[in-house]
Amino acid sequence: MARMKFLCDADRCIECNACVTACKNENEVPWGINRRRVVTINDGQPGERSVSMACMHCTDAPCQAVCPVNAFYTTADGVVLHSKDICIGCGYCFYACPFGAPQYPRVGNFGSRGKMDKCTYCAGGPEPDGSMAEYEKYGANRLAEGKLPLCAEMCSTKSLLAGDGEIIAQIYKERVAKRGYGSGAWGWNTAYRETITS
Amino acid sequence: MAAPIAKFRIIVGALALLWVAVSSPPIAAQQPTSVDPTASAVSEQQLLQKFKTIQGRGSIPDTKSYTIEQPAGRDWRHFHEVTLRWIGAVAILGILAVLVIFYLWRGMVRIESGRSGHTIVRFNAVERFVHWMTATCFIILALSGLNITFGRALLLPLMSPEAFTTWSEWAKYAHNYLSFPFTLGVILIFFMWVAGNIPNRVDVEWFKRRGGMVGHDRPPAYRFNGGQKLIYWIVVLGGSAIAVSGYLLMFPFYGTDIQTMQNAEIAHGIIAMLFIAAMLGHIYIGTIGMEGAFEAMGTGTVDVNWAKEHHNLWLEEVRAGSQRHLAQQPAATPGE
Repeated sequence: MARMKFLCDADRCIECNACVTACKNENEVPWGINRRRVVTINDGQPGERSVSMACMHCTDAPCQAVCPVNAFYTTADGVVLHSKDICIGCGYCFYACPFGAPQYPRVGNFGSRGKMDKCTYCAGGPEPDGSMAEYEKYGANRLAEGKLPLCAEMCSTKSLLAGDGEIIAQIYKERVAKRGYGSGAWGWNTAYRETITS
Repeated sequence: MAAPIAKFRIIVGALALLWVAVSSPPIAAQQPTSVDPTASAVSEQQLLQKFKTIQGRGSIPDTKSYTIEQPAGRDWRHFHEVTLRWIGAVAILGILAVLVIFYLWRGMVRIESGRSGHTIVRFNAVERFVHWMTATCFIILALSGLNITFGRALLLPLMSPEAFTTWSEWAKYAHNYLSFPFTLGVILIFFMWVAGNIPNRVDVEWFKRRGGMVGHDRPPAYRFNGGQKLIYWIVVLGGSAIAVSGYLLMFPFYGTDIQTMQNAEIAHGIIAMLFIAAMLGHIYIGTIGMEGAFEAMGTGTVDVNWAKEHHNLWLEEVRAGSQRHLAQQPAATPGE
């Protein structure tokens, strides 16, 4: 089985935000929720870098650990998914998540955030693959169709990579070796407890 | 005439161009042979070491999303999963064990001189209403709060995930909304009983003699003894702290960032566990721990002998007060 991961090559990201738009459209993400976003660090200064960030589908995921109702599960592909039927919208996953991935449909006073929503790696939820119920709650299930997440698939500079961790790490290593520099795989040490050294 | 002038202009122009070309520095020679754009680039490791979180500029309204990495979430996770569970287990099971052992060893603290059959009012209806309003809220808040920390491990295996979610969701709403009468109760308790709960020298004596819980000693006390004052301040101070941290959690990200939210949860959890442990002690002494104590909050009256043994100075005050009252009675109605 593959271990699915995301890798954002910050030296290639041009902050076009196409991944954000692709995600919202493919998954019909509710208004106000962004499963993926692009953040620019040191904007306008020498050495600025943009990183596309969403749920990293962590190894030993913190959200899954702290959830009081055990709404999360990790698939055989290493994708961290959750059940909106089980979620009580307590907000703990957001406190635990190193990447700010969990989103809530409402502002959330009095614990009325609503069911949590986050990146599913375009792999839907617990409902039968490709069912309407699954699509309405979680969006597309591209993985079941043999396709990778749309954000990475349509990245114009191929900055955002999705796929088996070893393969995308290899692609990144080759890039770094060829061009002679690389600012590292952002978030990998936090999410997977590993870094890519070339 | 026109041709020589034109020729002259071409020559001057060519000379000028040559001069510019010769005098300008050799641009191509300054270009480095290889480019390293990361030489000045931001690095994830450096940023994390420097700031703990990595923040930038985003283009969506949700400013929380501009933080792309906060590894401190893992520390909070460790607290929530391990530390808080240990604190809760040790505090709650510990106090229960102590109470059981103490009860088996000491038994119920009896009214030594037996019941006199005469009663005296200790808490009026308003005081009892405030006490029980706060107490009822506290019990529901405690159980629904413990469900968040221990429910997944202890309750979920006993029921279906859907049933546990339904219960947890109701518990969450109960926890949020009952916080208001609870907080009101804490405020009322503060004003209602603050006069009788200022620590004084009698309390030092009371604590030195271990409150008479051991042996047959009956140290003197006013309306509230040292132990009750301790409970009072635990409720007032602990209740305030738990209310403040709780409301921070209930109104997420209103003037708070994720670190404040994590710290509020940590404070709320620790105080709650210790609060529950203290209240178990309070419940014990108010019920099976002491004969004649529950009536004070039950019917509002206590036996005079109970008052004599546990709150002798208060009894004297009340008696002196009622004698004064009786003495004033005829004077108040001279016409009769």
